[in-house]
Amino acid sequence: MSAYRLPQGGEIDRTQPLSFTYDGRTVQGFAGDSYASALLASGETVLGRSFKYRRPRGIFGAGVEEPNIHADIRLNGALHLNQRVTTEAAQNGAQLRACGAAPGARSDRTRFVDLFARFIPSGFYYKTFMRPNWHLFEPSIRAMAGLGRVDATQPEGMQGEQRNHHCDAVVVGAGPVGIAAALMLAEGGLSVVLCDDGTRPGGSLLSRVAVIDGMDGAAWLAQALARLNAAGVTLLTRTTAFGVYDHGLIALNQRREGQADLFWRIRPQQIVLAAGAIERPLPFDRNDLPGILSAQAGLTYLRRYAVVAGKRVVIAANNDTGEEVLRALRDAGAEATLIDTRKGTTILSAQGRQQVTGVTLSTGEAIACDAVLVSGGFTPTIHLHAQSGGKLDWDAAKLAFVPRPGSSKVITLGGVAGHFTLAEAFAALPAALGLGQAPQAEPQSYRVAEAWPKPGMKGRVWIDYQHDVTVKDVELARRENFISVEHLKRYTTLGMATDQGKTSNLQGLALMGALTGRTIPEVGTTTYRPPFTPVPLASFAGPRGGARMNPVRRLALEAQHRAAGAKMGEYGGWLRPIHYGTDDSAILAEAKRARATVGVYDASPLGKIEVMGRDAAEFLDFVYYNTMSTLKPGRCRYGFMLTEGGIVHDDGVLVRLDEGRFIVSCSSSHVASVHALLEEWRQDRYPDRQIWIHDATPETATVTVTGPKALAVLERAGIDAAELPHMATGWTQLDEHELRVSRVSFTGDRSYELSVRQDLAPLLWDRAVAAAEAEGGGAMGIEALMILRAEKGFIVIGKDTDGMTRPMDLGSDAPLLRKKADFLGRRSLTLPEAQRPDRNQLVGLLPADGQGMLPVGAHGVETHQGAKRSIGYVTSSHQGAGVDHPIALGLIERGAQRHGEEIILHHLGTTRRAKLVAPCFLDPNGDRLDA
Amino acid sequence: MQIFSCPFCGPRPETEFHFGGEAGNDRPHGGASVPAQDWAAYLHLRHNPKGAAREIWMHTTCLEVFVMERDTLSMRAEPGQALGGHA
Repeated sequence: MSAYRLPQGGEIDRTQPLSFTYDGRTVQGFAGDSYASALLASGETVLGRSFKYRRPRGIFGAGVEEPNIHADIRLNGALHLNQRVTTEAAQNGAQLRACGAAPGARSDRTRFVDLFARFIPSGFYYKTFMRPNWHLFEPSIRAMAGLGRVDATQPEGMQGEQRNHHCDAVVVGAGPVGIAAALMLAEGGLSVVLCDDGTRPGGSLLSRVAVIDGMDGAAWLAQALARLNAAGVTLLTRTTAFGVYDHGLIALNQRREGQADLFWRIRPQQIVLAAGAIERPLPFDRNDLPGILSAQAGLTYLRRYAVVAGKRVVIAANNDTGEEVLRALRDAGAEATLIDTRKGTTILSAQGRQQVTGVTLSTGEAIACDAVLVSGGFTPTIHLHAQSGGKLDWDAAKLAFVPRPGSSKVITLGGVAGHFTLAEAFAALPAALGLGQAPQAEPQSYRVAEAWPKPGMKGRVWIDYQHDVTVKDVELARRENFISVEHLKRYTTLGMATDQGKTSNLQGLALMGALTGRTIPEVGTTTYRPPFTPVPLASFAGPRGGARMNPVRRLALEAQHRAAGAKMGEYGGWLRPIHYGTDDSAILAEAKRARATVGVYDASPLGKIEVMGRDAAEFLDFVYYNTMSTLKPGRCRYGFMLTEGGIVHDDGVLVRLDEGRFIVSCSSSHVASVHALLEEWRQDRYPDRQIWIHDATPETATVTVTGPKALAVLERAGIDAAELPHMATGWTQLDEHELRVSRVSFTGDRSYELSVRQDLAPLLWDRAVAAAEAEGGGAMGIEALMILRAEKGFIVIGKDTDGMTRPMDLGSDAPLLRKKADFLGRRSLTLPEAQRPDRNQLVGLLPADGQGMLPVGAHGVETHQGAKRSIGYVTSSHQGAGVDHPIALGLIERGAQRHGEEIILHHLGTTRRAKLVAPCFLDPNGDRLDA
Repeated sequence: MQIFSCPFCGPRPETEFHFGGEAGNDRPHGGASVPAQDWAAYLHLRHNPKGAAREIWMHTTCLEVFVMERDTLSMRAEPGQALGGHA
């Protein structure tokens, strides 16, 4: 119980008390508190556990840099995981739970692990649990690791919101420099967005003494905010600019009370980075104990929240900022001592178990204390500069990587540019922005001396708090030759925790430099990537999801299908009738009825891409495997379209309406890709020829009538197609309307595809179904169609073919042997790979073990000298409708030559036997087409 | 998110575009007599340049196929150029 609250001061409202729970214990605070300030004021010290050693940890920082304390926050029914308690405003009634500790931070079950710390250095898990198999150990290790706990019973979180915004300039960081820059830009006539990840604007002015333009910091801030408002600047607090992406895009995530986060996408003319700098800790034995805070965080808790870090405080700094912290603590009544490490005295070690109780200095002196505030210098927050491609230079005087001028389009100001005093930062503004007057501040001095972790340091000296990386781990990495900064990171996990090493990366690479005789710039930094801080996935997703992510295409006849009791399902992006019954038994019944009498199905999604013009025939000869130019007007021809690699891309019937007008009937799920393929080759190969391509699929509805009674149905429906032979097409009438009829069959039975303008679909459907019912048939769904086509060995591309399938594998050799014209993919079909005799080929399969239907996906297995290997797999499997047994199709090695052989199939631990047959189970002579 | 410029529609977000391969990867003439090596190179070998690249892209909303020069390092993208005509 060390930290305490002063009776007055700070920006909290003592008339508005609030309370929340932390690991079940009640914590009191006031409006204006952050969770961190209220927790600190409560005297709680152990608020979290480190990731690996389960060390007790307290608050270190006061903002986004916080490495130690993360909590799952449940508020008003919503659960927010892995929140930094330092950045969130305390809310009455919130329930917080420390991340990565069970049951709580104080009582963590695995806190014994730290006793074995010296046996588990970097790489311990990888080295130890490799044998016999990492996967044996993975579950229990994973259970110990991890951070926030997802509540599986919780309904989906709030849907994220997104906004595209337009402005001239985005200024990141609403500290004094960012505010001054925003004012200069806005008063110069630009539209400006100014964002800050804190709860209110002001940055360092909220906690540090400053005199600007003769005013004290608070007064200057108040008038500056009024001027910002007058100038129309959009000021966003609790908003983190977390990423700069290609072509000048900057992304912001705004946290909002009681609402989902708002994700901003802005492409401004200028990005101005004034995000300040982050204070580094100091290296000494047990520098991770609760009660050891960043000095600037200590100052922030004191000035903003009236919380004093301790009664007896040791301040240790390697730079000028320690003085102000010392004065502030003494003014607040604490007993405070400043160790200025520049004068040669340093802290060697800290004492204490659950919190710091004293320090021992390099002079041998021991000081009892209940808090230590450390400042190891400042690391500029250059992330957005680096993300946008900017380079860094090492500033040996400031001991910081600063942006190389001109190396990115991001304008860097203030602490980001290594200007750690206001006077210096303001003085650089006019030149950086190309604008006139900047504010003036009193000159201050900032001198810093090295205080890097050193090789051979005694005790346990933490570098990365969150991931428990110590000096010894970096030394181990050196011994094992992981000396590149990227290897160091991955081997020790330095900087790979959720804080991304904001307080630790530089010390790690400074130590590696010292170990390997290199300077810090020679060691270099790892790559900076977005996001700067964790961003909820809901923000990235925004309102996209479900139907908005993947909108389903709807049939013109959906209302008719639903009225008829259809069960609808998605097929290739279209919502189509699965069947019209109460359960799946309807599928076989519909298929059998279509074989016996007639079935009517909605074939509207079938592709209908029109290719028109004088040169259309020549063009189609090129894009099809089959010769299409010899097709007579009014006739149809089945064919394949290949990729240039010779793989079957799509199949379907080409219709030639007249000399210069074709319709490509591609698979319903391939319309977009076939359309794009046609356009690409037209524009690339035939740019000045007369070819027009138009996708008529969306404006056309197609109803197919199939079965022995198909012609009778057409006659009843008043559609004249009696003279039409198989594989022919023509125009006829539906009442006074134009109707195109193509006699092609995907079922093996006499079939008519009837196409009309989309708005006439209900008329056609109702007429056809009524006529079919009068003939003893009726509507059928897609699953019944799948049975009918499989019985005939008619393939579905992508189901009965894969990314290796050439047309010869499907039994189509003739075009390759006979076609004269060149075509897409031709040369690939004569490559040795395509001509291999042991290719997987389309076959029919019949169960040879009396066990019923073969499972789709079952692999044919061949055992050779005890070794098993796959010889292909089952692609489609159905209960027959026109035949009284199960049938299946598959792609099996050398399948075409093996009809009559039996093979073994393996599937999910079961073994089946199947007989290979020709891929046509019904009416191989095609007599039913004219039945 | 990059902004590409279709010669037909102007600047649009990259998600509307589909990559069509390297420009200048011409289809070998000669049909069945093209040596297998040449055909395999046409199918599979790419320069994957670091820096300046000339590429074919399709704007999937208007289906315009065009040539775009861009820099794979700086991610700079020049406005797309309409295809020139018969090669």
